[in-house]
Amino acid sequence: MIDALLSPLRAVGKYAILMGRAFASVDEIRIYWKNLFIQMVRIGIDSVPIVALAAAFSGAVLTVQTAYQLETPFIPKTIIGSIVAPSIMLELGVVIAGFILAGRVGARIAAELGTMRVSEQIDALEAMGLNSIGFLVLPRVLAGLIMFPVLYVVSCVVGIGTGIFTGHIGGFLSVSEFLKGARQFFQLLDPFIGFVKSLTFGFIITSVACYKGYYTQSGAEGVGDSTTQAAVLSCVFILVADLMVALLLL
Amino acid sequence: MIEVENISKSFGALDVLEDVSIEVRDGEKLAIIGRSGSGKSVLMKHFVGLLQPDSGHVYVDGEDLCCAPYEQVRHLRMRFGVLFQGGALFDSKTTFGNIAFPLRYFSSMTEDEIEARVQECLDLVRLSEVGDKNPSELSGGMRKRVALARAIAMEPQYILYDEPTSGLDPETSNTINDLINHLAKELNVTSVVITHDMHSVLEVADRVAFLHGNDLEWVGTVEEIHECTNPHLNSFVKASEYTIDEASATASLSGSSV
Ligand SMILES: Nc1ncnc2c1ncn2[C@@H]1O[C@H](COP(=O)(O)OP(=O)(O)OP(=O)(O)O)[C@@H](O)[C@H]1O
Ligand SMILES: [Mg+2]
Repeated sequence: MIDALLSPLRAVGKYAILMGRAFASVDEIRIYWKNLFIQMVRIGIDSVPIVALAAAFSGAVLTVQTAYQLETPFIPKTIIGSIVAPSIMLELGVVIAGFILAGRVGARIAAELGTMRVSEQIDALEAMGLNSIGFLVLPRVLAGLIMFPVLYVVSCVVGIGTGIFTGHIGGFLSVSEFLKGARQFFQLLDPFIGFVKSLTFGFIITSVACYKGYYTQSGAEGVGDSTTQAAVLSCVFILVADLMVALLLL
Repeated sequence: MIEVENISKSFGALDVLEDVSIEVRDGEKLAIIGRSGSGKSVLMKHFVGLLQPDSGHVYVDGEDLCCAPYEQVRHLRMRFGVLFQGGALFDSKTTFGNIAFPLRYFSSMTEDEIEARVQECLDLVRLSEVGDKNPSELSGGMRKRVALARAIAMEPQYILYDEPTSGLDPETSNTINDLINHLAKELNVTSVVITHDMHSVLEVADRVAFLHGNDLEWVGTVEEIHECTNPHLNSFVKASEYTIDEASATASLSGSSV
């Protein structure tokens, strides 16, 4: 019973220490900058297509369904734009991207580090005198922090763009009506909150995956466990963090 | 000098090492033998602080690996070359990239010098033409030798070899044994060789440590093996198809060449 309570606490402690050690070696990033660059490409640039695809579909669906729900002559059509644009900036653009990246980026990192752990590659790095946490964990977490906001921008631009396009093609509202509606209720807080969320999710996904991967145990099965847990845990934490950011900043 | 003082190590309920003490003297070649699963690799990982003992101490050149701050441990580790049992090659890098890796991070060599050094190391392990292959494209024995090339690339003061000849044909094994002897002699490398292969032991070792039942049951020179009365060691030696006569003959041969 006590053990069941203690083991999550112990995991949190271990996770905090790992992150502490990663950020303590931040001055060494000068030596490992190449790693940071590689990870920025793998985590960020390589994720652009899938994030854009998801954003395109959510933008289109949101426009069609909002138009359907507001199908009365009493409400001006511009309202569709006033609802779709902030929804994407505040919530959909970043949360859907977060879920997709938990699978794509989180699972990849956990599998990569987990394989390195069980095949003793991490031991080999350490035995050479390299700081394996600075070398492996820090570049991935930093790349997440840097690239997730970029992916968030991609997601918003594509999502709202497809929303406008769908509204026009589907005959719900014109481009200028959409833009007018979107501008009418625009608040700088909306993209700011989305930005904060993207930073948070980027940190959650990469750090949880690094933690799971770095401490993988026992063989192929262990790598499988770490990969699954990294993706699932990240999704759960994204939901919790989404609510927390909203409560704190709204 | 590496001094291991009364270390104990267990994983959960499994006691692997109990109160083990051994010293590795400067310039010597120490062989660690013992049954599969007896804890040889675990003991080796303590030498570079990859595992922390539950109790006891490990000193490298007088510095305690267990209590030293991480930065100092890293500096001590740079004196070592480690050949892991499974090779532990970086599978995201080519053969060349693997061997060049420590040189890139820890030496001030230029890219040309690195290339020359990598080629030299590959030649030493008799693998001249695999530089651009990925580890997954190599055979098991080739991977082992690439890992060996990586371990010696920095010309370390200590080299730990975890089963350097396992999975190799007799001829290549002899090449590796000669290489271990060569490095020890020419560069005064202190070597720890973990092996099952009694032939290797007789070829390379100055001293032998026999790990059995959580402890080093017997430590002595190669020449003393055939006089030893430890029943476990005797049956270990016998099982490796070496009669005592053959063993002593080879021992005296290698003894004269050292
Ligand atoms: N990280 C670990 N976690 C749990 N148990 C371990 C770990 N590493 C080793 N062991 C256990 O410790 C014991 C000794 O393992 P070790 O790898 O040292 O054996 P070995 O003597 O090198 O054997 P072999 O000759 O087969 O390589 C084994 O029973 C192994 O299961
Ligand atoms: Mg072993």
